[in-house]
Amino acid sequence: MQYALSIFLSGISLGGQYALIAIGYTLVYGILRLINFAHGDVFMVAGLMMVYLSTALPLWLALPLMLVLTVALGFAIERAAYKPLRSAPRMSVMISAIGVSYLLQNLATYITGGLPKSYPELPFLSDSVVIGGVSTKWVTIVTPFLVIALVFALTQLINHTKVGMAMRAVAKDFETSQLMGIKINSVISMTFVIGSFLAGVGSMLYFSNYPSIVPLSGALPGLRAFVAAVFGGIGSVPGAVVGAFIIGMSESVIKGSPFSIFSDAFTFALLIVILVVKPTGLFGEKVTDKV
Amino acid sequence: MLKQKKSKKGVFITLIGVVALLALTVVLENVLDPTKNIMLFTVLKKGAVYALVASSMNLLNGFTGLFSLGQAGFMLLGAYAYAIFTIPNSARENVYYLYGGSAIHFSLPELFGGGAVGLILGVLLALILAGIVAAAVAWLIGLPVLRLKSDYLAIATLGFAEIIRAVFQWDKLGPVTNGANALKSYPTFSSFNIPGGLRLSTAVAFLMAAVCIAIILLLINSSYGRAFKAIREDEVAAEAMGINLAKHKRLSFCISSFFAGVGGGMFAMFANQVQAKTFTTALTYEILLIVVIGGIGSISGSCIASFLYVACSEWWLRFLDEEHFIGTFKLPLMRNGFRMVVFSVIIMIVVLFFRRGIMGDKELPDLFQKRKPKPGAPVGKEGAK
Repeated sequence: MQYALSIFLSGISLGGQYALIAIGYTLVYGILRLINFAHGDVFMVAGLMMVYLSTALPLWLALPLMLVLTVALGFAIERAAYKPLRSAPRMSVMISAIGVSYLLQNLATYITGGLPKSYPELPFLSDSVVIGGVSTKWVTIVTPFLVIALVFALTQLINHTKVGMAMRAVAKDFETSQLMGIKINSVISMTFVIGSFLAGVGSMLYFSNYPSIVPLSGALPGLRAFVAAVFGGIGSVPGAVVGAFIIGMSESVIKGSPFSIFSDAFTFALLIVILVVKPTGLFGEKVTDKV
Repeated sequence: MLKQKKSKKGVFITLIGVVALLALTVVLENVLDPTKNIMLFTVLKKGAVYALVASSMNLLNGFTGLFSLGQAGFMLLGAYAYAIFTIPNSARENVYYLYGGSAIHFSLPELFGGGAVGLILGVLLALILAGIVAAAVAWLIGLPVLRLKSDYLAIATLGFAEIIRAVFQWDKLGPVTNGANALKSYPTFSSFNIPGGLRLSTAVAFLMAAVCIAIILLLINSSYGRAFKAIREDEVAAEAMGINLAKHKRLSFCISSFFAGVGGGMFAMFANQVQAKTFTTALTYEILLIVVIGGIGSISGSCIASFLYVACSEWWLRFLDEEHFIGTFKLPLMRNGFRMVVFSVIIMIVVLFFRRGIMGDKELPDLFQKRKPKPGAPVGKEGAK
């Protein structure tokens, strides 16, 4: 019973952390039709920035500064690497994303010297708590609630504000919305800003659970979050969240079984099954191909 | 577009160029002392291996328009297949010490009687087997995956590469794959050096890569190749022209994987040991970036780019990783890891501003033709260009 509870808790919190990354993927894909391979690395850089900022500044200053810098990074990546390729074939943009990911990883290796950096202890979040005989950190409990609050705020933003309406319009039809007077570039920047902000929050929650952070620690969570976004139906925010909780939960269950080496393999097998059976994911809209 | 027959002259010159290159590697390796020029020969061998793998990826991504990111997975299959079939029986006990010996009790070079003949035949057969294993797995994977469109295909193949890697590290398969430990003691490129005689290791790498790349080139210029290109340009139009989409996509996927498998086997020969953790997504990205730098849709571009890429990352930019002093002034920024930062910035510049890469979609003979246009060429030919 206790064992099941601990698996459940870690699955829920892992799912919440993946959800925050997956939203970044799903928003960008919904608008640009681009798998932003660099998103996982933005998440990693956010973690590293927190490590460096917290050594120099008090925590109440370091945390907001980390979020601001992460947002700035996401914005800069879009402007520098994706905007010049707006009219290029999709493959070029994807290759550019892979290039950015490569650059961020190498930059992180250079700055950290390739050594693992230990993540700072956050007050309250890193404290231990005992629930039903299972010892865990507060971050595990807080994550799902924080995720739900953030997702609620995001859906309000998308459904009830002018920016949100513009985002929906651009996602529906890129060119027509341009003709309707929507400033495409600022809308796209906005999605990257939102995505990076959520990745920043996600990195804080994710790395609080892990002792250290290395330049490659963004790649796999990024891929898993992407799988979650596809699973839920890419382009749909609730879909990404549901998908992320399913992926997080199944990963936690497999990690606790004798087949722990297959946890990523299972995630990808799930992806392939869903792509073959229902390519639009759980909540995705059906698209028809035009000739 | 109508001009299907390449001028024989250009092909002939390329052929001579390749033979000359082969001769040059033999001469180089025997004139220069390999122990003093380790870097040069490392770059040449690794470049040859990467050229083959990049060409195989180009066949799929550049010529058929299927954006696949599974190359590292197929290389892994090839490398393991090669290593498992060629480790000498006497060394198996030692390599598989954790699992109390290997489950496979033969070694191809020894089956052919050992010695020089056994080595050549065994290695060749093992490399072909490596390709076949990779192609067979590709056929299986292709059944569900090839129905997917562009970026979904990319992510699904990437996922399969990860699954393959996890399976090969599984403890239960230990007697075959040696678990997460390295396979070693199999014949490498250096085994082809004749003791006390000619040193042939680099030439062998070049020869193998050249033969495989030649087959890829022949395929691209055949009717199959034209069908692949038609699929790349417009799937619907290609289907309307009577091209069997599913069959040709599968064919391209399997052939590309076959050569990625052979390339993986050669990578094993180059690296002297095989370990599943080498074949990560990062390796696929590396190959993809080579293809992009060389030009998507140009085999000669891929070859040139792979040598440039390997030379830059292994050799020419090494100095960036060391600390330098001018007098007493220490140059800033130069320390371990700086090389890769500079390198990835260069790659980003190529990706953003020189999207066509080195060769675009031209091959070397095309360039040669352009420089010397035939006097009095028929107008139709000019118009068709």
